[in-house]
Amino acid sequence: MAKITTLQAAVAEHVRDGDTVALEGFTHLIPFAAGHEIIRQGRRELALVRMTPDIIYDQMIGMGCARSLTFSWGGNPGVGSLHRFRDAVENGWPHPLAIDERSHADMANAYVAGASNLPFALLRSYAGCDLPRYNERIKFITCPFTGERLAATPAIRPDVTIIHAQRADRRGNVLLWGIVGVQKEAALAAERAIVTVEEIVDDLGAEPNACVLPGWALSAVCAVPRGAWPSYAHGYYERSNAFYKEWDGIARDRSTFIAWMKRNVLEQAEAVA
Amino acid sequence: MSAVAYTANDIMTVTAARRLRDEAVCFVGIGLPSTAANLARLTHAPNINLIYESGTIGTRPSVLPLSIGDGELASTADTVVSTPEIFRYWLQGGRIDVGFLGAAQIDRYANINTTVIGSYTSPKTRLPGAGGAPDIAAFAKEIVIIIRQSRRAFVERLDFITSAGHLEGGDSRKRAGLSGKGPTAVITDLCVFEPDPVTRELTVTSVHPGIERAQIDAATGWPVCYAAQVITTPVPTDDTLQVLRDLLERTASAHGSATSE
Repeated sequence: MAKITTLQAAVAEHVRDGDTVALEGFTHLIPFAAGHEIIRQGRRELALVRMTPDIIYDQMIGMGCARSLTFSWGGNPGVGSLHRFRDAVENGWPHPLAIDERSHADMANAYVAGASNLPFALLRSYAGCDLPRYNERIKFITCPFTGERLAATPAIRPDVTIIHAQRADRRGNVLLWGIVGVQKEAALAAERAIVTVEEIVDDLGAEPNACVLPGWALSAVCAVPRGAWPSYAHGYYERSNAFYKEWDGIARDRSTFIAWMKRNVLEQAEAVA
Repeated sequence: MSAVAYTANDIMTVTAARRLRDEAVCFVGIGLPSTAANLARLTHAPNINLIYESGTIGTRPSVLPLSIGDGELASTADTVVSTPEIFRYWLQGGRIDVGFLGAAQIDRYANINTTVIGSYTSPKTRLPGAGGAPDIAAFAKEIVIIIRQSRRAFVERLDFITSAGHLEGGDSRKRAGLSGKGPTAVITDLCVFEPDPVTRELTVTSVHPGIERAQIDAATGWPVCYAAQVITTPVPTDDTLQVLRDLLERTASAHGSATSE
């Protein structure tokens, strides 16, 4: 049953050093506030998982939270590189980062496998692609019915998944809409799931077939208005494309990055009591 | 003749847009492919079905998205589906006519690298990686690639194959078990390449007006093949250029600064 609590309390209780942690949200509903709280609480040695690492993982990697990264596309969308991610991979700063690199189709299927309690994902993929030569977790099996060669990759089973959504009700049922990405699968694949929401309301007002995560399937729900900014929450606020562009200049240099993180993350207490 | 002056980027975008037929189902990459696909939709292909990997199907953005998942794509779509669904049912399911991709590096068989420059284990430059591209390249019925031409991008040998084109040429793509025709055109700011029917090596079939073969050779990291009949790429019409200008202006004003195009 989801406990309705503060983000600070939810992260303190559910995110531990060394955990496998997935923060999901495909451009939309990226749980920035939760990532910042993990940085403030000084978590270390996390095995981070995320299809599109984006600025939030650039920040977590640059602040030294991660020992490894499972991902499928590590860039600043429409802008260019994630400089902190690149610095970790190319120069081992602030420390080396092991990478488990897949394709989007692979990771989406691997979350489905995790949520389905299967050991691996099965997909037609990777023919002619060099990734299987460097990632030994990508394997091939023969279909027992047709003899076709298919790719098999390990299911993703995070210790904790964190997502952001538009609304929860007072029983912790969560509603999200718009680009829903892989959040439902990531939440259900995890041992524990934290959801931050724009607001907690009396009635979700969800249509049948809406994307609703029942409160009993979640660990914690926290009201964090604007918790996805500078990504966006459809119906609440738009993506700050200007900030995504600005980040390129902030993150390019180690000292500028550290100064920005101190001022804008470390010295900011969680706004919501 | 075109009365409005056009740039190298304009003719690349307009030429790529022309490859898309009305009512096609097109899986669109971000950046140059997205510009060309939306130009096609706003000109000769009003009924084209644009799909972005964020799960937006049949989207009609009024401004170009900066990211693959801008809210504009969701608000203007026929439907929005989850990430597993877009890759499993729509892409792997074989429902895409044209995959429209960009690239960091490309070789003579239109294989694409978007992963690393240098060695994988200690890269000189770490690029974003695969995203949806390997599966778009594998499952779309055909692939159109749009990329600015230079020796850095058009290389003799890729450091890493992220997305399969025609692999080593000939029937190697088919032998690898890949469905679809693979890349059918590579459109640059200088010319258009199409694969040779037998060897599958990229062959110049159309040169943009005012471009010399020496410029193409100088911007390519391998000896360039030219088709027996090379045509001059038709110049963009004034109407099309106006639509493109308006689209880029709307986009720049929406994103609060100049576009990356």
